[in-house]
Amino acid sequence: MAVKSNTKRSRLVNSFDRAVISHREYADPAVKTAFILVFIFLSLLAVTTIFPIYWMFTGGVKSSTAIAQVPPQLIPEAPQWGNFLKAWGRLNYSLYFLNTSLLCLGALVLQYLISATAAFSLSKLNPVLKKFWLAFFLTTLMVPPNAYLIPQYLTIVRFPVFGFSLLDNWLGVLLPMAVSAFNIFLLKSFFDDIPGDLVDAARIDGANAWFIYLKIMIPLSKAVLAVISIFTIVGTWKEFFWPFLVLKKTSVQPIMVALYRLTSQTVGEPLNLVVAGMAIASLPPLILFFIFQKQILQGISLTGIKG
Amino acid sequence: MKSEPVLSERANSRYKNLYDKYVLPFLFILPAVLLFTVFAWFPILKGFYISFLDYDLLKGASFTGLDNFKAVLSDPLLPKAVINTLYFTLLAILFGYVVPVFLAIAINEMRSAQSFFRLAFYIPVVLPPMVAVLLWKWFYDPDIGLANVLLNFVGLNGLPWLNSPKTSMFSLIIMSTWANAGGSVLIYLAALKGIPVSMYEAAELEGAGIFQRIRFVTIPQILGVMLIMLVLQIIGTMQVFTEPFVMTDGGPANSTLTIMMLLYRYGFKFFDFGAAGALGLLFFFLLVSFSLVYFRLTKKFKD
Repeated sequence: MAVKSNTKRSRLVNSFDRAVISHREYADPAVKTAFILVFIFLSLLAVTTIFPIYWMFTGGVKSSTAIAQVPPQLIPEAPQWGNFLKAWGRLNYSLYFLNTSLLCLGALVLQYLISATAAFSLSKLNPVLKKFWLAFFLTTLMVPPNAYLIPQYLTIVRFPVFGFSLLDNWLGVLLPMAVSAFNIFLLKSFFDDIPGDLVDAARIDGANAWFIYLKIMIPLSKAVLAVISIFTIVGTWKEFFWPFLVLKKTSVQPIMVALYRLTSQTVGEPLNLVVAGMAIASLPPLILFFIFQKQILQGISLTGIKG
Repeated sequence: MKSEPVLSERANSRYKNLYDKYVLPFLFILPAVLLFTVFAWFPILKGFYISFLDYDLLKGASFTGLDNFKAVLSDPLLPKAVINTLYFTLLAILFGYVVPVFLAIAINEMRSAQSFFRLAFYIPVVLPPMVAVLLWKWFYDPDIGLANVLLNFVGLNGLPWLNSPKTSMFSLIIMSTWANAGGSVLIYLAALKGIPVSMYEAAELEGAGIFQRIRFVTIPQILGVMLIMLVLQIIGTMQVFTEPFVMTDGGPANSTLTIMMLLYRYGFKFFDFGAAGALGLLFFFLLVSFSLVYFRLTKKFKD
């Protein structure tokens, strides 16, 4: 993207300096007042974006009467920390967390086995019909998966040629979700920047393609692989619609599907426990975000996708 | 047992060369080729095919010509779903796409707390959409929900939110803006950071005021990103599903029935995969035409 190349350079100049308004103008009382007003406006807006999340986490520790109380308690008066544990048990989260973690792991492994290998081949191995395969992958970027939802579902119900069903099977979720021309594209453009001499030198020393892939390409691509790994894990954790269609058996469902099912029952769980459950289910993406904030924000500005 | 090599040394290395040159490179893309064949190209092509079938999972399929298209196009719910989807898309873009431009410009001017604002606006995007939707469903509860509690607190009457056809779609748009606008802010901010300070200084020397600089320097500089984002947002918001599905199930009185909701009903409530396929195909052409615009734009702005 055009933006990318500029970003690094201008960050050095730009970051603490100025943008539209110069330092001289900033000293002007009228400008300064406007500045403060905008600052207050942005702060109020920030409160409205953060407050719902605060409300969820505090709602989770309220008693079932306190959570329905009007006017509500801004700060929980008698926080019941046990609610989180209770919700974990009542909503059977051990199972759903395990299911979701395994799905995330599977999705991650598939990206390394499928997208990264293909990107490597297209970038460095010069396969026969290279241009054709590149188009074969990248053209799918133009078709949002929802546009072929029904035929995709029918493919899962009855696998072409072999006729078996992948319903209630994790592969039925993982394989369609592993189709990511975008990741192939991103990895390929990153691999393209690794000098070909490095690969040739390894070749002359008798290294085979596997060795080059595992010992040269992967270690040199940590930055982009980190971005792809985090996006894959977080994306899989958040996924609802496709797993919801494919996994009807409750014992194999991931957390978001389970959460939907638990909240749409006619005789529901108590509200405070459901809210606690929602808070628990958002913790993994939130924690990952705070740990890998730098990579995630960089990845988004780099790729323009929203993780 | 020690055996003689079957091939001579030279033939062996030639064989190995062929393997290295042709087989191995293909082996590396083979998994992706298989995956894309079965789970992208096959269903895309099958989408065309099933639209002309009376598709029954148990009885099998039979050819019915254009019947599915006729049924879909004469469904009185289709215009409703299209209008609802356009309404959602239009307002979601106004709040989730236009407003963030100004927010990003404002944040970029801040002498401090820039990273705090970026984080604060982005954090709803980190939340899983299912959680965000359930959270707002609770806020919109007319009796105990936060929305009406706040309205009452400032002396206003509560609104029926999701329970009335008049306010239901708008409630979804507020929720969706809260959940998604931060992503746009972030992308614009990245684009704004790419504008060299010298351009502002030059404009200043030529006597351009603050707003003129925004109009003639900032906006033209991020126009490429803005256009690309616009198309991406249109494609994304037109596929809105989880919000109406979880919050209102398309109701009340089909006021939040979107195209994806209708598709879901055809396929997974009435099990009419032929009709769902036909609607999907129409939707497919709509989305792909926007995608083509997107790719034209990215190509243009890459150069």
